[in-house]
Amino acid sequence: MSDWLLIIYCGVITYLTRFSMIAILKKEMFNNRIREVLSYVPSAIFPAIIFPAIFLDNSGSFHFEDNPKILASIVAIIIGVISNNILATIISGLTAYWFLIFI
Amino acid sequence: MRGNFKIFLKGIIDVSPLMIPVVPFGLIFGILSIDIGFSPLATMAMSLIIFGGASQIILLQLFSGGASTLVIVSSVGAVNSRHLLYGAVVSEHLSDLKLIWKIIISYFLIDQAFAVSNKYFQKSNEKNKYFHLIGGGFTCWIIWQSTTFLGIILGSAIPEKLGLSFAVPLTFLAILVNDFRKLINVIVIVVSGLVALIGYNYIPYKAYVIVAALVGLLTALILTKIKKNYE
Repeated sequence: MSDWLLIIYCGVITYLTRFSMIAILKKEMFNNRIREVLSYVPSAIFPAIIFPAIFLDNSGSFHFEDNPKILASIVAIIIGVISNNILATIISGLTAYWFLIFI
Repeated sequence: MRGNFKIFLKGIIDVSPLMIPVVPFGLIFGILSIDIGFSPLATMAMSLIIFGGASQIILLQLFSGGASTLVIVSSVGAVNSRHLLYGAVVSEHLSDLKLIWKIIISYFLIDQAFAVSNKYFQKSNEKNKYFHLIGGGFTCWIIWQSTTFLGIILGSAIPEKLGLSFAVPLTFLAILVNDFRKLINVIVIVVSGLVALIGYNYIPYKAYVIVAALVGLLTALILTKIKKNYE
């Protein structure tokens, strides 16, 4: 039973983070300056997920040497910047990663 | 003005490339959840009720480590805090909508749909442009539910050696590809990433995500101000 409560609590808090700002904020609350800064939201948030997933191991310690994720990410970024294509970025990154871990 | 369905379709098409890495993520979630000891029904319920990849994986990790409900729920909240900022960004485009639409759209405000629809919203002046976000969110919903289901069935048949979890940071990296061309963005990316790396072990409740994001935004605030003063 407590498992179900846990799932429901997590669902409610997830939904509220999505809903609250949409419900509260009104159009007039935004000037150009706020809009400009908010355009940096993706650049500010996604690295917080990307960096630990690449540079830290499962125990949370730094993992720099012999880490295929770093090299594969560099490949993905280079291909991504050249091609400007999301799919090409993902495929090149995964291909490089598999190449490194299997060969 | 284009029809609702056309814009809905455009949302589906735009988000599709981002769905490929969601497939292994959903499979991994389903497999892990069964492994840890959740029932197939509870596993499916997580994907239906929470509908958030990072949150669900963190729920599993902390649950299997014996964390309390309070710690798990606050961690999920912290990981999800990025949605507050997504909501703040898109709310400007949704402010004229009826409450019922805001309630529905909120359920679909996920990373991938936000990323593509935010771009679309900035270019489009159509009144019904919010159907783009519903299209993208709905696509992700279908993929997420079906891959969770497949993961439950596949159980432990998929080798962990494939390292499919790397698909997660890779997806987010791909979303940022355009930003790697702009200096201020690159600085913000590096600052946020470093704060997250250092904070990972020291900031409680996985709140490193929101701390890193806020420091990143503050950096953007300062840098754009400096840039303006030079112009």
